Amino acid sequence: MDTLNTIDIARMQFGLNIAFHILFPSISIALGWILVWFRVQYARTGAPAWLSSYKLWTKVFALSFAVGVVSGIVMSFQFGTNWPGYMNTVGNVAGPLLAYEVLTAFFLEATFLGVMLFGMNRVPGWVHLLATVLVAVGTTISAFWILALNSWMHTPAGHTVLDGVIIAQNWWDVIFNPSFPYRFTHMLLASGLTAAFLVAGLSAWRLLKAPGDTAAANTLRTGVLIAATLAPLQILAGDMHGLNTLKNQPAKIAAMEALWETQKGAPLVLFGIPNERKRINEFVIEIPRAASIILRHESDGELKGLNEFYPDIPPVPVVFTAFRVMVGMGFSMLLISWAGAWRLRRRDNPRPRWLLWTFAGFTFAGWIATLAGWIVTETGRQPWLVTGILRTADAAGKVSEAQIGASFTGYIITYCIMLLAYIVVLTHLAAEGTDPKEPVAASGDAP
Amino acid sequence: MSLDLPLIFTALMGISILAYVVLDGYDLGVGMLMAAADDHEQNLMVASIGPFWDANETWLVLGVGILLVAFPVAHGIILGALYLPVATMLVGLMFRGVAFELRLKALGWHRELWNWLFWFGSFLASFTQGFMLGRYITGFESGFGYFLFAMLTGASLCGGCVLLGATWLVLKTEGPLQRKAIAWGKWGLLWVALGVAMVSLATPLVTETVRNKWFDFPRTIALMLLPTASFGAGIAVWFTLRGLGRGTWHVEWMPFAGAVSIFTIAFAGLAYSLFPYVVIDQLTIWDAAAHPSSLQFVLWGALVVVPLIIAYTAFSHRVFWGKARAGLYE
Ligand code: HDD
Ligand code: HEM
Ligand code: HEM
Repeated sequence: MDTLNTIDIARMQFGLNIAFHILFPSISIALGWILVWFRVQYARTGAPAWLSSYKLWTKVFALSFAVGVVSGIVMSFQFGTNWPGYMNTVGNVAGPLLAYEVLTAFFLEATFLGVMLFGMNRVPGWVHLLATVLVAVGTTISAFWILALNSWMHTPAGHTVLDGVIIAQNWWDVIFNPSFPYRFTHMLLASGLTAAFLVAGLSAWRLLKAPGDTAAANTLRTGVLIAATLAPLQILAGDMHGLNTLKNQPAKIAAMEALWETQKGAPLVLFGIPNERKRINEFVIEIPRAASIILRHESDGELKGLNEFYPDIPPVPVVFTAFRVMVGMGFSMLLISWAGAWRLRRRDNPRPRWLLWTFAGFTFAGWIATLAGWIVTETGRQPWLVTGILRTADAAGKVSEAQIGASFTGYIITYCIMLLAYIVVLTHLAAEGTDPKEPVAASGDAP
Repeated sequence: MSLDLPLIFTALMGISILAYVVLDGYDLGVGMLMAAADDHEQNLMVASIGPFWDANETWLVLGVGILLVAFPVAHGIILGALYLPVATMLVGLMFRGVAFELRLKALGWHRELWNWLFWFGSFLASFTQGFMLGRYITGFESGFGYFLFAMLTGASLCGGCVLLGATWLVLKTEGPLQRKAIAWGKWGLLWVALGVAMVSLATPLVTETVRNKWFDFPRTIALMLLPTASFGAGIAVWFTLRGLGRGTWHVEWMPFAGAVSIFTIAFAGLAYSLFPYVVIDQLTIWDAAAHPSSLQFVLWGALVVVPLIIAYTAFSHRVFWGKARAGLYE
């Protein structure tokens, strides 16, 4: 019983840390590229509104990046502290991928971030632009490596087993494992949507307070147009990702659809409460045959049910619910961003307050969808840590309950403080906007 | 002939840990010294480390990363044994990293709060790093004596960071703040001297393996070069600091270089004490090494990328060469 408890806390702690961490990369990966766009617009037009947008959003970026960095450092220690069994078994694959991330991404982004934030008056314009680009490139490369590792854990390939330890045989196959292209695309789009709704939401908030702010009007349009472009692509990418999962991890798909019995012409459960003990769904509303149509593209295609995999199945209610949250957010984002793009299709169109309020309300919508997506993927992989190779329970360390409990509490407190401060500062920055007379200068010597 | 990959990776790990200790050492030190400065000085101090702290911390990630790549088993043992101090250090690093950003954007008492957290986080991180070093050298033995020893190494590392931070400020500031930094540097140096002396005396007492390595005549005589050199570096730091204060010496980078030498020499001594163990008395680097296929894969990449990293790190230091200016984000 003792060990079980420790594993549970270790899992909760790991889940908390990574869930906290991903909030910030999901902003900084795409926001980096949006800053490049603002910077290029300024270089091209010389309009002060673009420069002030660039400066304002650089602050948001710097803050997100800082929280991303410090919580990422926690992640790099987590593997050793919480999952020594993981390192002993698959360290030969995980280690090099993480090392490449540090070598090719972290130094690049961290170093040029310094030039980008503090060097505008110290280097020529093109060097500053280049630094901005390199920071964005760095965040994208870092997503590449970490997702290669994560995808490998879902769909391992390119390795062999030697004395119970995994070693890589073909690094190309390890990196470009079967689920990697889908997961990488889906995550980059997720980051794009998260950043786009953040930019649109905070700009809308500013416009509610100061309707005449041209910089905020510009950035609102930028955010809305990016969201309107990416939302349909994300739905498409998500569908393809699901088909890929059906091929490689059918139990996960069965859990996402809460499908217990193998059947032809399986229905799509729109709403229901999966009951794991009785292995049925209660209170269901379903569309006949729809799941088979979506996943097999034919109305009586066969889908494998959870009972085929029992007892190695993930916690069904979690996966099922999180999946519906993500897809629900995906379609809401599509609807809202298209409505917004239509209303704002010309620069001088009026901006109705309901629209501004909607976008302000959706500021952090990307976070919800991203977290839900990760919960689907990660929980759906259970009880495996590395599919077919290592079970989560076998990877846990032997650290005492008291120690894990203490550190867990410490992390929770730290994260709550940081998250609160982050959101408060962001809304303040947005409310102040880029008005040069405003007390931005009062925040120290920073203009 | 094949390469001794574990040895190469041990060297790489050593270099990145030393780079971390020196580089983050100065910005942790500047963080700790914030407590003794006024508002205007604090802005200058923060500006002097602003462009660098993030990249400095990346060396820590690289060090842990190499430990993980090259010695996965040791990675689990060490981080498992240091569970709580690691968590404490991480909390410290988190607070100071975000406080750095947030103090700029906050006003009034919020600003005071973040200043305090910046100071406290810096202190917590350097103390726990020293503490972990103490636990590590003694092979994670439990007992009150070992605990005291770790507290001692923790306190000494704080002194070391203060010295690095103060000498960095001597280099990066001017006027009244520079004069203050000179005084801080002298205190830091005394603190370090005391710490290094006590730790050097205590280490052979607490671990037999280390004792045997140092008290092995006639090698001991050659080894005495290390303490002598570190004493010499200490003297150089003291007199250049004094000279700068009195205006009789003008090379401002000398105290910092001296402080870095002290760290490097202490590090070399430690490396000598521990080699060839990754976990003292338990695992040698060859027992713990990962499979050669992984090491080779990383080595090729490192050979290409590390020179680039060094080049652009140098570039960024050149961009921000000279005295720090208070206006951040310009
Ligand atoms: C899809 C993206 C993504 C995912 C899934 C992760 N990360 Fe991350 N990470 C980033 C994307 C990212 C980033 C965008 O590159 C960050 C965020 C802010 C930053 O500085 O870089 C970052 C920062 C960051 C840092 C600090 C880098 C620095 O010092 O500059 C570390 C050590 C890690 N991460 C480690 C991890 C580990 C061990 C993860 C998995 C278990 C992980 N990250 C998941
Ligand atoms: C960044 C977004 C991610 C989020 C939000 C996330 C979230 C989660 C969650 C919620 C779990 C718990 C599943 C369960 O036990 O039911 C989990 C498990 C796990 N994930 Fe992730 N994950 C992410 C990325 C990654 C990456 C990139 C890796 C590895 C490279 C990874 C490795 C693991 C491991 C080792 C576990 C098993 C431990 C456990 O069951 O708690 N995760 N993750
Ligand atoms: C209606 C549209 C969407 C569909 C059909 C969809 C589909 C999927 C599927 C099937 C998975 C699980 C992958 C696996 O089996 O491992 C997944 C994961 C994920 N989803 Fe979505 N998704 C949609 C919208 C979104 C949106 C709007 C976001 C965020 C803005 C998002 C973010 C994520 C993330 C971060 C993951 C985990 C990482 C990964 O596996 O790629 N998704 N999605």
